[in-house]
Amino acid sequence: MLKEIIFYGRGGQGGVTAANILVSAVLREGLYGQGFPFFGAERRGAPVMAFSRISDKPILRHGMFYDCDVLVVLDPKLVSLGLTKRIEVRDRGVVVVNAPDNMVLEKKAFTLKGSAKFYRVNATKIALKKKLVIAGWPVVNTSMLGAFARATGLVSINSVAEAIKEYFHGPIGETNAEAAVEAYKQTCETEVC
Amino acid sequence: MGKVVPITGNYAVAYAAKMARVQVVAAYPITPQTSIVEKLAEFIESGELDAVMIRVESEHSALAATFGAALAGARAFTATSSHGLLYMHEWVHWTSRARVPVVMAIVTRTIGTPWNIWPDHGDFMDQRDTGWILGFGMDNQEVFDLTVQAFKISEDPRVYLPVMIGLEGFILGHTTMPVELPDQKELDDWLGPRRQGYVIDGREPLAIGNLAWPEDTEEMFMDIQKAMEEAKQVIKEVDESYGKLTGRRYGGLIQCVGCSNAKYIAIAMGAWAGDLIEAVQKLRDEGYPVGVARIRFVRPFPTEDLWKIINGVKGVIVFDRAISFGAWGQIYTDLVAGLAQYTRNLPVISDIVAGIGGVNVTHTDFYKLVKNFVDIVEKGEQPPVFTWYHKR
Repeated sequence: MLKEIIFYGRGGQGGVTAANILVSAVLREGLYGQGFPFFGAERRGAPVMAFSRISDKPILRHGMFYDCDVLVVLDPKLVSLGLTKRIEVRDRGVVVVNAPDNMVLEKKAFTLKGSAKFYRVNATKIALKKKLVIAGWPVVNTSMLGAFARATGLVSINSVAEAIKEYFHGPIGETNAEAAVEAYKQTCETEVC
Repeated sequence: MGKVVPITGNYAVAYAAKMARVQVVAAYPITPQTSIVEKLAEFIESGELDAVMIRVESEHSALAATFGAALAGARAFTATSSHGLLYMHEWVHWTSRARVPVVMAIVTRTIGTPWNIWPDHGDFMDQRDTGWILGFGMDNQEVFDLTVQAFKISEDPRVYLPVMIGLEGFILGHTTMPVELPDQKELDDWLGPRRQGYVIDGREPLAIGNLAWPEDTEEMFMDIQKAMEEAKQVIKEVDESYGKLTGRRYGGLIQCVGCSNAKYIAIAMGAWAGDLIEAVQKLRDEGYPVGVARIRFVRPFPTEDLWKIINGVKGVIVFDRAISFGAWGQIYTDLVAGLAQYTRNLPVISDIVAGIGGVNVTHTDFYKLVKNFVDIVEKGEQPPVFTWYHKR
């Protein structure tokens, strides 16, 4: 089993942190993981990718990829602008979107190799409720890890919460872990038209 | 059993330097190396590492200060990349010729111009003639292991040469992977106290860098060549004793995967060797008798070890992530020169230069290239000796 995951968000939104926390989470379950940023320099606010690999065996391969088994979208604007089309979702793939409650997800915003399951969660709302805001930005990366756990079943929400608490330490870790658990509960499979 | 932590390749280097209990770090920031010395600065600030951080104004001074500290008896460490490494080049030679044990991590990055921050092996391979021992990791665990081993190798009285440990920027440097950290006490016992050939600390009159007659100079350099030969054995011993400590043995100067029954050998160094191994495993499943010899040390060059596995095979394909303009990839050049000592009937050897400037080369490329090579040789045809594999 080797799964390749792309976190697609904005520079500064915490996609790389999410990719790294995911490694820590899967290690707790005896799996192997890799997490890394887009190679090179990126700007705050620009659309950026972060990458993860999860496997039950040591991971030999390295490097970036632009087709994936799981696509996690941190910023809904990337979907409405059609930027998500840049990434190919493999057959039997999973797409997890941070989507406002009233947002209609359309298939044409994605490049699908075959069948895909879509999941949605309003991570922005959860972040605002938890007062997880830095420099005016709702912090959605930890919520989206909870959503990832629910949508894929590749890692348990407990491991995600533990990894978040270890990464951030103290009360801020607790709050982020709570956000992940709440997102886990609220994530649901969704129709796309 | 140690503790497994998810850390980047750069942090793996920093943890290794900390656990080797370095006493002096002198460094200047450069992408993609910076997070190594940032982490070491954090360790020093928090009191986890009892060391002095010398903030210098350039890489030339970084290695000069590291050298000076090492000369005075301290376990000293620095790290750099690309242009930083080029800027300190005078001190790179000076340190090895003075036979002072030092460890330096090279987070590889393409040499400009054009300006480029992505990894190839050009900066690292440029150091082959410096008299440093040159080791290169494949993943974060090996980068950690190699860095602590580097101190042991460098401070062995049979060697007393500085060691560079290479890892690609971003591909390893900024990628988080699980790394098992050994128990500190066990590592202390294994590594032992600092050793070096001589110390200049003012207690005894001693000078280096004076004028030496040509014959004296030549003899000192002949000793470096002898030490490089000795280092081959030392590297294997260190790999073995570290294996006893941690359960991880890599095989010494090279690591072989599926070489024993192979009719073809693919050779590479660094992180992309992992992609190569994955591709070759797939080819073996399809009946292609290919093995991988992964270069872990380019200096001393593992001629004997490579000959042992190449003797009798039909073909060898070498992947170089650097080029000596006007010649070939450096691993290819060293390999052919080394094998020529043993036989006048070399197998078919092809050199593929790729991944230059940070071009993303992965398991799918290796699968295609190795398969194509074997198919050509099996047809009785001659594959090109040199190919620059360019992707656009």
